[in-house]
Amino acid sequence: MNRAMTGTGVLLLLALRRDRVAAPFWVLAVVALPVGTASAIAELYPDASQRLALGMTIMSNPALRALTGPVYDAASVGGLTAWRATNVAAVLAALMSAFLVVRHTRAEEESGRAELIGAAPVGRYALPTAAVLMSLLTNLVIAVLLTAGLMGQGLPVAGSLALAGAVAGVGLVFTGVAAVAAQVTTSARAANSIAVSVLGVFFLVRAAGDAAAVDAVSWLSPVGWAQRVRAFAGERWWLVALFAVVALVLLVGADLLARRRDLGGGLLAERRGRAVAAPWLRSPLALAWRLQRGPLATWAVAFAAVGAVFGSLAASVGDLVGGNEQIAAMLARLGGADALIDNFFAAQFHLFALVIGGYAVQAALRPRAEEIAGRAEPVLAAAVPRGRWLLGHVACSLAGSALILTVVGLAAGFAHGLRVGEPVRQAVRLLGAALAQVPAVWVSAAIAVLLFGFLPRAVAAAWAFLLVFAVLDLFGQLFQLDETVRMLSPYAHVPALPGGEPAAGPFVWLFLVAALVIGAGVAGFMRRDLAAD
Amino acid sequence: MPEDSAVLVDGLTKRFGRVHALNGLDLEVHTGEVHGFLGPNGAGKTTALRIMLGLLHGDEGRVEVLGGHPFRDAVALHRRLAYVPGDVTLWPTLSGGEAIDLLGRLRGGLDPRRRAELVDRFDFDPAKKGSTYSKGNRQKAALIAALSSGVELLLLDEPTAGLDPLMEAVFRECILEERRAGRTILLSSHLLAEVEALCDRVTIIRDGRAVESGTLAQLRHLTRTSVTADLSSVPDSLGGLPGVHDLTVTGTRVGMEVDAEHLAAVLRVLTGAGLLGLTCQPPTLEQLFLRHYQTTAS
Ligand SMILES: Nc1ncnc2c1ncn2[C@@H]1O[C@H](COP(=O)(O)OP(=O)(O)O)[C@@H](O)[C@H]1O
Ligand SMILES: [Mg+2]
Repeated sequence: MNRAMTGTGVLLLLALRRDRVAAPFWVLAVVALPVGTASAIAELYPDASQRLALGMTIMSNPALRALTGPVYDAASVGGLTAWRATNVAAVLAALMSAFLVVRHTRAEEESGRAELIGAAPVGRYALPTAAVLMSLLTNLVIAVLLTAGLMGQGLPVAGSLALAGAVAGVGLVFTGVAAVAAQVTTSARAANSIAVSVLGVFFLVRAAGDAAAVDAVSWLSPVGWAQRVRAFAGERWWLVALFAVVALVLLVGADLLARRRDLGGGLLAERRGRAVAAPWLRSPLALAWRLQRGPLATWAVAFAAVGAVFGSLAASVGDLVGGNEQIAAMLARLGGADALIDNFFAAQFHLFALVIGGYAVQAALRPRAEEIAGRAEPVLAAAVPRGRWLLGHVACSLAGSALILTVVGLAAGFAHGLRVGEPVRQAVRLLGAALAQVPAVWVSAAIAVLLFGFLPRAVAAAWAFLLVFAVLDLFGQLFQLDETVRMLSPYAHVPALPGGEPAAGPFVWLFLVAALVIGAGVAGFMRRDLAAD
Repeated sequence: MPEDSAVLVDGLTKRFGRVHALNGLDLEVHTGEVHGFLGPNGAGKTTALRIMLGLLHGDEGRVEVLGGHPFRDAVALHRRLAYVPGDVTLWPTLSGGEAIDLLGRLRGGLDPRRRAELVDRFDFDPAKKGSTYSKGNRQKAALIAALSSGVELLLLDEPTAGLDPLMEAVFRECILEERRAGRTILLSSHLLAEVEALCDRVTIIRDGRAVESGTLAQLRHLTRTSVTADLSSVPDSLGGLPGVHDLTVTGTRVGMEVDAEHLAAVLRVLTGAGLLGLTCQPPTLEQLFLRHYQTTAS
């Protein structure tokens, strides 16, 4: 180890200490999901015949395939576990790794803590090296615990090891992606968005490939490789090694980039700004819009692409059945190809709404980021009522999430409409279906506002709520959870559209809940102390 | 509340969990004066300013700012005052110029001529992105926004930390200009020289309590003057005189610290002892400050 690395060990210990709450939480989530799935499947589908029937349903449901990928061995508990849990666990491992690396590199530099460390006898590359080691260590822990957990469910060693390797492998790849992102940007926020965008693109490529059953497309995505490791279904060990190779290439790339820049600087140069503010930049709402429009534009463009891809796939959904008579019969029972397409869209919009809930939460928590950074203080020390400042950001969250849903609905409808020869009609129809998700998304944002008003230190719980909603929605049925438990998710109250019966009741009271909860959050914020750094 | 008080704080307390940040703080800032708010790190200066701005709630005691309640009347008051935080952070994606204009407009508008003049005098580049400024430059942005707003009251929290000496001189000029224009300024600082150079009156705060308050002259009055004298003979009674401390005798040269109220009597004794040479030094704020901290520390 050369001098540039001096102090890596100390920094690694520091990182371990700082992450003593966050890291175990993530590890637990990544490990518990597949193990819980294995246990649920063994319990709910004890016979091979039941499992094969489930596999049949999966094959006939492209919406499900888009979310979870193909099933390789429906007969075994392990095969179904790999089908159901690999993707979600891999995505969680990727997010965990990316946030972890950025937190310990770029965020440190940004906050100036890295300068303090840089002044101590610590080498130049010690900080990123320690961050990467911390991530590798965490993924290793995940791999070990996950293998043990699956074996504990009575699953074969090889498959358990392969599934764990696939999940941790995606974690490794995103350790590398985040290490590169942290070098090319100058803010933790930007580095995180790059890593999350890369993950989003890979997920989408895989989802599109799997939904349309075009295997070659799925192979373009490392997220797609995870399932193609074929845990419990004739493992492809070389793919696990491929993850490590890709991660290594990315880390070497990050290292080369690190040698070319100064502490605090980035490779993407900062552009100069205006010397005088635009005339419209004169209210708290204008400031919130100015700060939030960039991320919103990114989300809107991304979901325009997502909508177009899924919309253009939808018409093929009926073809997937192919020559399989059993599936064709099941399809007829469900109402034919049109019903299948509606079902596909309804399931996709539900999934999109959960993801767009992430946008709404993030935007609604922007005031907290402003408060912690000390940027709320000068604004609230000017003639700005607290409520108006907060509601400016909340407005961006609510209007922004509605806009993203509008974009995805129109894009999906138009793309699907072009294929079936009625672009305008389908665009309008699917716009309505997408907008039906608005109130549920707004409830997610409202929870964030409530936490900000009363428990500002615990705003991260807004993400936990969203995660719980997602688990209830995506796994509730599979786990055969009680209806009342599943209905705890606001998203579960949105009628399945298009195709289902639109009912006004849930909308009215979801809006009411959102409005009341936001009102309470604002009232709490009006009274409380502003955080001092 | 008397017409001539811009800020009135009476028995203010504030706790953060087990930390008592303010312990019955009293502070009065007269309209039109530059008031120094002096204390070491952690004394409670920032906490007091944040309460005056309605950003925090005091636990007990009374606070009036420009005749209003800092929390209930916050918006109306904030049109009439400007605040420069101790640690300025700017928006990474906004330029410094945009931040200045925005903060000025949110307060009710700023004078573009004064802004342009200050940008020039502080040698500030307003077109850079917020994330690329040094601490000193971020401080300048907040100062320019506050100083070009033409408000009645300026609350400045250690505004020169991070400024280089050249810019500090510009800052001092600006403060004197503002005072001439009739503004009231509360300047929190731990820099004695700065307070001495700029302030009409000073309140010294320690552990969340005002330990001393008054004009510099009054505060000096409370303290000892260093006296060094060359005498033809040293009278034995010197050490026993009231108000004489730390007497040192080297040959016929004596050095001592004398309480202000006994200075005249001591000088009479010295004159009677054949005074050949005399130096009297008024206490610097530094000494005054150190005395306060030493007495209570021991
Ligand atoms: N938000 C807070 N939470 C806990 N303690 C705080 C908080 N803000 C200030 N303090 C404590 O209150 C005391 C006074 O701090 P402060 O007002 O910042 O002092 P100064 O500005 O004079 O340096 C310090 O002991 C500080 O640690
Ligand atoms: Mg302070």
